[in-house]
Amino acid sequence: MKTIAEINEKIKKGKAVVVTAEEVISIVKEKGLKKASEEIDVVTTGTFGPMCSSGAFINTGHSNPPIKMQNVTLNDVPAYAGLAAVDIFIGAAELSSSEGMKYGGGHVIEDFIAGKDIKLYAKSHGTDCYPRKEILTTINKFNVNQAYMYNPRNAYQNYPAATNSTDKTIYTYMGTLLPKYGNITYATAGELSPLLNDPYYRTIGVGTKIFLGGAVGYVSWQGTQHNPSQKRGENGVPTSLAGTIAVTGDLKDMSTRYVKGASYHNYGVSLFVGIGIPIPIIDEEMLKYTTISNKDIYTTLVDKSGNETYDVSYNYEQLRSGSVEFKGKQVLTAPLSSLPRAREIANTLKDWIQHSNFTLSEAVTPLPREDKVHKLEIREIK
Amino acid sequence: MTKEKIKIYYSKDQLSRPITYELVKKFDVMFNILHADINYGSEGNLITEISGENKNVKDALNYLNEVGIVYKKYNKFIIRDEDECIDCGACTAVCPSGALTMNKQDELQFDKEKCLVCELCIKACPIGVIDVEL
Repeated sequence: MKTIAEINEKIKKGKAVVVTAEEVISIVKEKGLKKASEEIDVVTTGTFGPMCSSGAFINTGHSNPPIKMQNVTLNDVPAYAGLAAVDIFIGAAELSSSEGMKYGGGHVIEDFIAGKDIKLYAKSHGTDCYPRKEILTTINKFNVNQAYMYNPRNAYQNYPAATNSTDKTIYTYMGTLLPKYGNITYATAGELSPLLNDPYYRTIGVGTKIFLGGAVGYVSWQGTQHNPSQKRGENGVPTSLAGTIAVTGDLKDMSTRYVKGASYHNYGVSLFVGIGIPIPIIDEEMLKYTTISNKDIYTTLVDKSGNETYDVSYNYEQLRSGSVEFKGKQVLTAPLSSLPRAREIANTLKDWIQHSNFTLSEAVTPLPREDKVHKLEIREIK
Repeated sequence: MTKEKIKIYYSKDQLSRPITYELVKKFDVMFNILHADINYGSEGNLITEISGENKNVKDALNYLNEVGIVYKKYNKFIIRDEDECIDCGACTAVCPSGALTMNKQDELQFDKEKCLVCELCIKACPIGVIDVEL
């Protein structure tokens, strides 16, 4: 048994033993769980995938005379301003009014992080205290007040693979799906993925300090559609959509290497977000969870045209092999999230911890371990 | 030696003609068939590399013109900005020829030789780093 405080003492002295969620698998195989759990202090995870439920709050500062901003656009992408006068929220999936699906909120966020000037336009009805009715100017990360990422749902703990049963190509957030089960796409970092390495959220909770977009961030809440009650395998790992986290961090400190706008043909815009979470090895049980490997992580398959349901599941070793058998045929499989970048994130976080630049935080409160996801029924308006 | 990548279009009545055999016999050229879509009784197309002595390849293509078989030369190439590519793999989902695949290190690998220049990957790339070069 080790406490997080004890692990932090070792980190501060530069003596912590840190390995990535990939490296840990062979180490434990070689040394055994007991010995390895005494030696290893932290296992780092990483993921870099498209996460639509992302965005950023920006406070632009006040102009003279001031304006209560409404109908805000940033580089022609609508942003939400139903807050105090100059607080705005730009959502990753919002589309440009001039460029359509080629540019959107995700790209605004990437450009902002890159330090580029962003065109700000806003209108207002004008009030006695905020008389200005229109503003056209530019903002960038050096001249605004706060700018922080707030992503309501990131780092999904597992995600179903996708295919298409129709005889037409369909364009989805799971990429281009070819007719008649022409391909299967999947999105996860598998054995590197943060929440798959802590399946019951023993260490990851509200307040957990993380790697977010190249900077330090925090888990701020459970993510939307957090679904801890999902069916689980014997190893505790959910076999489809399960836990999620909301995360936040300072946009000004982030890097475009780990935050990247994305445009999915005929679907829309999203944002690649890089997240890495350190798992403190507080005991043998925790280490055991981090030794999960791709062949032990299963996921379901969904028809993105919505016509069929399937009672099949594949593990990530099968999906990563390039093809799987489905309906008696070998079907091409393709990933959507970047494994090399996920690995880089886990290694970067490892490096930060080894060099005493990042200590671990105790969760302030745990993520819910029981909850279910509601459907939206069409209810009569009375 | 020279090499051309061409797409041969077969009309209904040309489908039974062993055109690749004729070209091999007459002009001593080599074929490397990359993709074939032949619907017997209607029409079809064949994407192939044709290589050999400069003169022979030229004569072989002239022969296709003479006998009335339509073909198109591929003058375009798919290019990928390797520094900007994030290795997500979305393009591999639509690549019909296996030119774009993930390697053992989970990085994107592009085999130019296998590329049919169908351009499907350009639209499938979420960060817009694939393009055609003329």
